[in-house]
Amino acid sequence: MHLILFILFAAFCLAGAVNLLFQTHPINSALSLIVVMVSLAVLYLLLGAEFLAAAQVIVYAGAIMVLFTFVVMLLNAGREERTRGSRAYIVVGFPAVVILLAIAATVVLHINGLGGSAFGDSLSGAPGSTNLEQLSEVLFTKLLLPFEVTSVLILVAILGAVALARHTEPERTAGK
Amino acid sequence: MSHLLQQEVPLNLYLLLSAILFCLGVVGFLIKRNLITVFMSIELMLNGVNLSFVTFAHQWHAVKGQIFVFFVMMVAAAEAAVGLAIIIAVFRARATLAVDRIDLMKL
Amino acid sequence: MTILQFFLWSLLKVIVVTVVTLMSVAYTVLLERKLVGRIQNRWGPSRVGPFGLLQPLVDGAKSFLKEDIIPTAVYRPLYLLAPVIALSCALISVAVVPFGSPAINGPGGFHFFEISDINIGLLVILGITSIGVYGIALAGWSSNNKYSLLGSLRSSAQLVSYELALGLSLVGVVLRAQSLNLREIVESQAKHGLLSWNLFGGFQFVAFFIYLMAAYAETNRSPFDLPEAESELAAGYHTEYSSMKFAMFFMAEYANMITVGCVATLLFLGGWTSPFGSLLPEPHNIVLQALLPIFWFVLKVFSFLFLYVWVRGTLPRFRYDQLMNFGWRYLMPLAILNILATSLWLAYM
Repeated sequence: MHLILFILFAAFCLAGAVNLLFQTHPINSALSLIVVMVSLAVLYLLLGAEFLAAAQVIVYAGAIMVLFTFVVMLLNAGREERTRGSRAYIVVGFPAVVILLAIAATVVLHINGLGGSAFGDSLSGAPGSTNLEQLSEVLFTKLLLPFEVTSVLILVAILGAVALARHTEPERTAGK
Repeated sequence: MSHLLQQEVPLNLYLLLSAILFCLGVVGFLIKRNLITVFMSIELMLNGVNLSFVTFAHQWHAVKGQIFVFFVMMVAAAEAAVGLAIIIAVFRARATLAVDRIDLMKL
Repeated sequence: MTILQFFLWSLLKVIVVTVVTLMSVAYTVLLERKLVGRIQNRWGPSRVGPFGLLQPLVDGAKSFLKEDIIPTAVYRPLYLLAPVIALSCALISVAVVPFGSPAINGPGGFHFFEISDINIGLLVILGITSIGVYGIALAGWSSNNKYSLLGSLRSSAQLVSYELALGLSLVGVVLRAQSLNLREIVESQAKHGLLSWNLFGGFQFVAFFIYLMAAYAETNRSPFDLPEAESELAAGYHTEYSSMKFAMFFMAEYANMITVGCVATLLFLGGWTSPFGSLLPEPHNIVLQALLPIFWFVLKVFSFLFLYVWVRGTLPRFRYDQLMNFGWRYLMPLAILNILATSLWLAYM
């Protein structure tokens, strides 16, 4: 059951990621990325991280990707074009990444003793505590400072985004 | 059939998927010629890394792996907001999103 | 029970709940038309069947049989996908809603009166609300029409802004119940009947009003329905849709109303618990014991829908900038103050 679910959603993930690369219009790439994120949320559920699965859907697929979709719709820049620069990157970049992937895959597939994930798995802890309780126990006591600093970071990002994307007033010349 | 239903998934497969997603993100970053699609490839790379963190958190039964993923998500949200604002500003200045046309400071 | 038995029973539950939800959607349309008619001193639909009760069936037949016009310049994949996203997101949320008492369950703790018992049920509903924005955004953009694009952008911005106030207003309830599981939140309100509901005994009335207003904005209903007001934007994001696809958007809006009503009932009005609490004796008949909680749940959701339609028939609509101003500068700080007040109360009482 676990294996079937993993294969199904890993296939969706890979299909979405490959589709992101093959599509020319950015709106199709954005929708493929949403598919990737939702399948990743299911994979987090299979690994026992329920709060992260919910956060992935709410934050990533439901807010960040909405932002991307808005920008694509508003700017309406249209389909990509193939240039001389892009052909050079395909010729050089693609083999380099294939080599990188081969190294990573060799390392990853030869690790022994990792164990597996089974149905109904969750992080161990006190038998009654849920994943959310374990997360918040650490987040609000030992890691409180990074948590508060992250909220300041998000505030700074909001101010920066508003300042950058604002219409600036045209300057008036004297004697107009 | 019931053996197939009870089988557990070796964590190596999750790590392999994470590596493939990361490498697909790198390929997208290098190949694509639209600024927004390049930015989306960066998000794909971040997601690949998140999956790897969650896998190791599951293996070591350590909740700090999941907390790190939480922080990565928050930072990615902040980065997406500011990055898209920059993309809008670039579009206003150059009226194009093609990467090859905005690589010179003076036209 | 074996996996196959579990699968078949769950499929049965899903079919029953989906059919009941879709019939409720159809009859909510009738409720609205009759109620708005009575508020405006007229009868509302009363010709088809006794008291107009067969009107939804006739409306459904009309939607199926109308001509389906697809303009040539639309971006077809997204044009066809958008109503599907809107309707499916509206219907999926019902899967985590418990509508009956869990005291009656089957072999192996199988719940009869909820489709799935998830520890993070409330977050699932918030997540699905976030995904529902795509239905509107993609519909407006793919229609290749100025009115649709403007309407969908306004509507999506409104939805995203009021999602914040919606989520924050629910935190007070979660703090009191100490769980995100919807069944446990209802069970924490079951002690003293009416007085232990979160609205009254839980002192969450401010949160309830914030939730109410955020829910009206989330479902694009009056007084926040500027994005789809006919006199403003020529029907907004569903201008270019006809027949079945338009009917899907319509059904999605009413299904969202029902979902929001179910969540409000579970979190603030005590779900399937009776308002008399322990004053009335427990019925001995097991059928009655199963049906009575469902009756209370349906009654509370119905009263919430009644309030929805009453507000629609009575209040004028907000202008768009007043709407965004209200959401960001008044509702969100008020929700944060409510969280602060609730946590201080819980820490020191």
